[in-house]
Amino acid sequence: MGLLSKKDLKLITDPLADNNPITIQVLGICSALAITAELKASIVMSVAVLFVMGLGNLTISLMRNIIPPKIRIIVQLIVVATLVIIVDLVLKAFAYELSKTLSVFVGLIITNCIIMGRFEAFALANGPIRSFIDGVGNALGYALILIIVGFFRELLGSGTLLGFKVLGDPIEKTGVYAFGYENNGFMLLAPMALITVGIIIWIQRSRNEALIEDN
Amino acid sequence: MGLKEKLHNIKEKGDGKKWLSAFSAFHTFLYTPKETTHSGGHLRGADDLKRTMTNVIIPLIPVLIFAMFNVGFQQSVAINGFTEGMSFFSGEFWSFDNFLIGAIKLVPLLLVSYVVGLGIEVIFATINNHEVEEGYFVSGMLVPLIIPIDTPLWMLAVAVAFGVVIGKEVFGGTGMNILNPALTIRAFLFFAYPTWMSGDKVWVTGVVERTNEIAAGANLDAISGETILGSLAQGKEFAYSTWDMFFGFIPGSVGETSALLIFLGGLYLIFTKVGSWRIMLSAVIGSLVMGLIFNSVVDLGWINEGSKFYGLMSTEFWHHLLLGGMAFGIVFMATDPVTGSQTNRGKWIYGFLIGFISILIRVFNPAYPEGVMLAILLMNVFAPTIDHYIVQGNVKRRLKRIKAKTA
Repeated sequence: MGLLSKKDLKLITDPLADNNPITIQVLGICSALAITAELKASIVMSVAVLFVMGLGNLTISLMRNIIPPKIRIIVQLIVVATLVIIVDLVLKAFAYELSKTLSVFVGLIITNCIIMGRFEAFALANGPIRSFIDGVGNALGYALILIIVGFFRELLGSGTLLGFKVLGDPIEKTGVYAFGYENNGFMLLAPMALITVGIIIWIQRSRNEALIEDN
Repeated sequence: MGLKEKLHNIKEKGDGKKWLSAFSAFHTFLYTPKETTHSGGHLRGADDLKRTMTNVIIPLIPVLIFAMFNVGFQQSVAINGFTEGMSFFSGEFWSFDNFLIGAIKLVPLLLVSYVVGLGIEVIFATINNHEVEEGYFVSGMLVPLIIPIDTPLWMLAVAVAFGVVIGKEVFGGTGMNILNPALTIRAFLFFAYPTWMSGDKVWVTGVVERTNEIAAGANLDAISGETILGSLAQGKEFAYSTWDMFFGFIPGSVGETSALLIFLGGLYLIFTKVGSWRIMLSAVIGSLVMGLIFNSVVDLGWINEGSKFYGLMSTEFWHHLLLGGMAFGIVFMATDPVTGSQTNRGKWIYGFLIGFISILIRVFNPAYPEGVMLAILLMNVFAPTIDHYIVQGNVKRRLKRIKAKTA
């Protein structure tokens, strides 16, 4: 027997593929569009969400029997806000430049629907360990998409990866027959992030027919 | 046995095979098949898709040929200067050299546009097991006409691939698209490679080489490759007369310059009932109204020459129709039966707003002195909404009438 039972393992693998919070549940799109122009920002955002979601789910689950149902949203918000403030302060202290790039979007983790969704749907009804695993799993699913999108947007939009140059310089303007590489500025704009996510959804659904909804 | 029967036999044999869609496309290109289209959101009459598309191609051919001459002509004017007496009928324009320069530049663009676009259509038709539809024949022709002549081939290929896949195939192919595919392709190019799509260096072929030579110390006159709109946006003078604009001896996107030929093409489209006269007329009215509003703002003295909008605001309101892509957009883009409004009253609203918003963007957007592309794409998105409310309005009115009768 491994570290995790089969049922627990599913909590991690499901959100990575067939129940991905971004591509299947279409939650948390806002931050996926806003901060994925650079791979580095996507990674930091992923780590931040991983931290907030794992600990948040754990905390909510520990308190699940003493939270009065009528004010549970407020309690959830306080938990997530506390964690987000910790992340924000850590970023400001140790990675100031990056925290400026992420700007308001770290704060907006509070309103990330994935987190509130998991609190409501899972942590309130399950034990702390399973809730923690579920939080980590969903955060990893979120991170996976963020990193894929960030990878392609930075590679094709700026020709760099994590700030290192990988693709060539812009070509000279010498007419129709000019060949060479030029960065695609469209990739840096938010619409292209949406289209990239859309393409991922397209690929995923064409590989797994079960995911296609009936209309 | 003739070629026709042979091809037909091959088609019979290929029933259900993977390669059938690709073969049928080729077969239909050569011969008219017996089958006609029976469904599709784009069809409101008995014409089949092929005839409709051919009727759009025909008026584009003179535009394309004129464009080839103009590309060469603009280059020679840029290098030798514009001498008095050059006109629509002069030999300086209709020279074989000009045509050759234009053809060398334009034919590859056309080929890339068709090969990439049709290639993707064939691949999708094969995967989804349906016929290759003729939709791309028009888009493929339009695309090279609405981009700057010096757009590199590979950029065009990337943009066409994007436009056909994301703009059309994901929605279900010809007849299902929300946005005009040709404009989607142009919009992609514009946002992806802005330095290749605007500014004063892209409209006339050879400007960059010449600038480089001058920078390298060659003793040549610097040339301006600016479009009229570009000059106006910067408040600069330009040397072209109204007749030049009308006939089209001006720099600009390849096919957009000749208002005369586009006007004739528009008449052809109206005559064959492929393009809607309601959309064309209302778009013209829309742009004239907006132009008049700006003119009167200038006349009332609300802005002075110091304003950065003065150049474009004070342009004669009807000049706007001759400048930039206005005429081409109204005639060939806005009238796209798939992406435009379907109801008659909807067409008036749709067209009017296209004209109105085009001029609005043209004047107020500092980065880009042309708004036709964005205005048409915007209205493409709203066309179904307009139709919805027109239809609902009709339903309501009729229900009321029934009520009044029975009461």
